[in-house]
Amino acid sequence: MQDGPLHHLIKALSSLPGLGNRSARRIALHMLGRRESLMLPLARLLERAAAEIKACYICGNLDVLEPCSLCQDGQRAQNQICVVAQIGDLWAIERTGAYKGLYHVLGGLLSALDGIGPEQLGIEGLVLRTRSPDIQEVILALSATVDGQSTAHYVADRIMRTGLEITHLAHGVPVGGELDYLDDGTITTALRSRKASE
Amino acid sequence: MAFLSIWLYSLGMEKWQDQGIVLEVRSHGENGAIVSLLTATRGRYAGYVHGAHSTKMRGTLEVGNLVDVNWSSRLAESLGTFSLELSRNHAARLMHDALRLGGLQSACALCAAALPEREGHPGLFQGLLALFDVLDGDVWGAAYVLWEIALLKELGFSLDLTRCAGGGDAEDLAYVSPKTGRAVSRLAGAPYKEKLLNLPPFLRPQGGAVDDEAVLTGLLMTSYFLEHWVFIHHTQGIPEARSRFRLRFESRFVKQEDQRRLEAPSGAEQEMDRSIYAAG
Repeated sequence: MQDGPLHHLIKALSSLPGLGNRSARRIALHMLGRRESLMLPLARLLERAAAEIKACYICGNLDVLEPCSLCQDGQRAQNQICVVAQIGDLWAIERTGAYKGLYHVLGGLLSALDGIGPEQLGIEGLVLRTRSPDIQEVILALSATVDGQSTAHYVADRIMRTGLEITHLAHGVPVGGELDYLDDGTITTALRSRKASE
Repeated sequence: MAFLSIWLYSLGMEKWQDQGIVLEVRSHGENGAIVSLLTATRGRYAGYVHGAHSTKMRGTLEVGNLVDVNWSSRLAESLGTFSLELSRNHAARLMHDALRLGGLQSACALCAAALPEREGHPGLFQGLLALFDVLDGDVWGAAYVLWEIALLKELGFSLDLTRCAGGGDAEDLAYVSPKTGRAVSRLAGAPYKEKLLNLPPFLRPQGGAVDDEAVLTGLLMTSYFLEHWVFIHHTQGIPEARSRFRLRFESRFVKQEDQRRLEAPSGAEQEMDRSIYAAG
């Protein structure tokens, strides 16, 4: 058991995020109990995904197409780019259906502590994209954390040019949020970003 | 019975309560983090925080935040566990401004990298809080330079900016010696001015201008001492956040100067204006 394929399978599964040894054992046993209906199709899917899914060379999104389906979609606004840190953030914005422009995935945030500098992120690609006069607005949809906002300021400095509007997501009271339960920082930023009633 | 055994176990635990400023957060495992704090009475202290990536804790564990902290450990020498509650969110006030946010990050990174662990620096803790309070004011740049000078002093690298090291006029101090960290008057320093560091006007005994140029001069001066005195033996050198802050300040200053030069009428234009006015 120690060096067998089952041991290796459990070890590989337990290295996935959110899974420990116990969960990995349960998943391995569950799959072994359903070899034909689950385990082999899953193995084939994993192999196919590893072979076919690539990072889009324009925006950094994951897709089987190159450029990705979002970059190829002519229905989307071609003059807007929404900058996100991770692909998960892109999916979150896509889920809302509220944005119909292009994207750019940085691949992380600047972090002096983790040694992530501008060279490790897809900032150069964004600078090149925003030089095109067709791009009129860049939305910096980065998290409201110190690292997120430092990255947003850095990106804004790099892409700034005449005729390009650089916008940030609003920070403040979430939908359904009650003031009494919010932290001081959120209330401070909400007050700072207040707007006139329409 | 289980409750009794937990209670008996907890009697033997090492514990303390304090206030602290979050300096550094390093993820550890999937849910935890090792957090470094500058505490009010115990100096820089590290501890493990359970559930650091939870929705509740993420806002608390931002660099620069003031937190109420409970530390507990079975042995005093162990890393121990922090239980944190947010007291004041400094980062949120400054997020809209790249330079001020950079100042906050730089100050925290300097404390995290330069201060020895578990050595009390109550003056520096109060100084850092005072700095965060003035970071959204008008003279924040000068306050930041003064704080770095206080940090140098706390680390044993005191600068003497009150009189001339060469016996010159204390009323006309213009330079700082990179070797001794002492001020030098304009006259005494003139032959060596290429090798000396410039002293910003607001650090002279009689005071002076607190503009961006003076702040940049101050940052360049403290950069030298941080690099050559404090971080000379550190393998990582001066913290990245500090270098980035200085570069950002420098580039903003250069941009502003270029803008001013473009907007200001040239000498020839001024001469033409004068002649038109005289003729009219």
